Amino acid sequence: MCLAVPMKVIEIKDGGQAIVETGDISMEISIQLLSDVSVGDYVIVHTGFALEKMDPKAAEETLSVLRELAAMDATDMGMDTIED
Amino acid sequence: MNITNSLRDPAVIRALGAQLKNLSLSRKITLMEVCGTHTMALHRGGIPSLLPDTVRLLSGPGCPVCVTPASYIDRAQEIGKNYGVTLTSFGDMLRVPGNTKSLSESRSEGINVETVYSPLAALDMARKHPAIEVVFLAVGFETTVPPIAMTVMNARDQGIDNFSILTAHKLIMPALELLVNDSDVRVDGFILPGHVSLILGSEPYRPIAEKYSRACVITGFETADIIQGIIMLAQQIEISQPSVEIQYCRAVKKDGNPQARGVIDTVFEPADSEWRGFGTIPLSGLNLREEFADFDASKKFPVEVNAETVQTGCRCGDVLRGRIEPAECALFGRNCTPEHPVGPCMVSSEGTCAAHYKYSRTR
Repeated sequence: MCLAVPMKVIEIKDGGQAIVETGDISMEISIQLLSDVSVGDYVIVHTGFALEKMDPKAAEETLSVLRELAAMDATDMGMDTIED
Repeated sequence: MNITNSLRDPAVIRALGAQLKNLSLSRKITLMEVCGTHTMALHRGGIPSLLPDTVRLLSGPGCPVCVTPASYIDRAQEIGKNYGVTLTSFGDMLRVPGNTKSLSESRSEGINVETVYSPLAALDMARKHPAIEVVFLAVGFETTVPPIAMTVMNARDQGIDNFSILTAHKLIMPALELLVNDSDVRVDGFILPGHVSLILGSEPYRPIAEKYSRACVITGFETADIIQGIIMLAQQIEISQPSVEIQYCRAVKKDGNPQARGVIDTVFEPADSEWRGFGTIPLSGLNLREEFADFDASKKFPVEVNAETVQTGCRCGDVLRGRIEPAECALFGRNCTPEHPVGPCMVSSEGTCAAHYKYSRTR
């Protein structure tokens, strides 16, 4: 039940709502539980609400730690940036 | 999102899996994944088959569907039957057995049950149909509580008075404390719930590491995340330095989401709560505060419900406490299957028994 999905904010609307998307799916969610949400942020969405913003820098760090752990180099890891 | 793609790269998973398999430990250890979403994710990722012989993995009580008592389902059905309300619920609750039947089965008796993916959808239904009383079945841990609390605040602010909730919320810390004090089960480390921790942050878990000396790692839900989490736990245990680490740092902040916690505190207050398999745990649940009593379905639609639970031979309670593996229950895979579940751990796709049935039997 604690399933939550990272989605990208593409539009901020009135009334604490925002449009988010992932892949081909877009939906309207509530951003009332977060302050300072901007277009382009990735948010973690659960039951129609954004619960937290993703930290792109920390994401890169996790990938880099995993890469080290797996003893692989960056090309094997298919490293992409979080922004695109 | 490309970080997810990177984390799902099969070459990465293979290399990490090999690291896990070759993990060298000086003694056998027992780890517990607390959260039902982890149970499902790690079985789907094939992690049990990657574990070295020295690591035993148990499932914990963090499946809200599984720990919701049968009497709650009975109460919802009685409200539906006696008051003609429309019950709205997340889909996973519909097949959970009450003492006589599930919500899904009660539809055939004319009880109106609608599935929603968000509490806001239930509120919308109430807004659009002012003549209908809409009752939302509010289950879930700290991840799900803020959305529901916010929805109740919206209902109040928008003056929607034909909306109410029937609460069976659970808090994770009281259950964890019960587990670390259970003399029957020795868990050396906890794979802590990533999404509950979005709200709570890492601080509340400190006593589990510092007072009870158990390793703690807040972990994400990709297979790569879980493997890394297990390796971090094993390292903490190996050097006998339990602490609370955050593997899922791209999402979880040390202080969690204080704004969401504020919303919880505005709407709810801690209360004793009954857990299927555990009995009543003091201050392990949440009730609506007096200011929000108008939105409390149990007050708005009073019904009599028998608190006794019918004995079925189901051992979900022991499974949820990590005391037995699903296969040790006499019903598992025989009388109790995902098609004909006897207990809640077989109903929910995140239940330990359902995950074992679906994935372990094929290995």
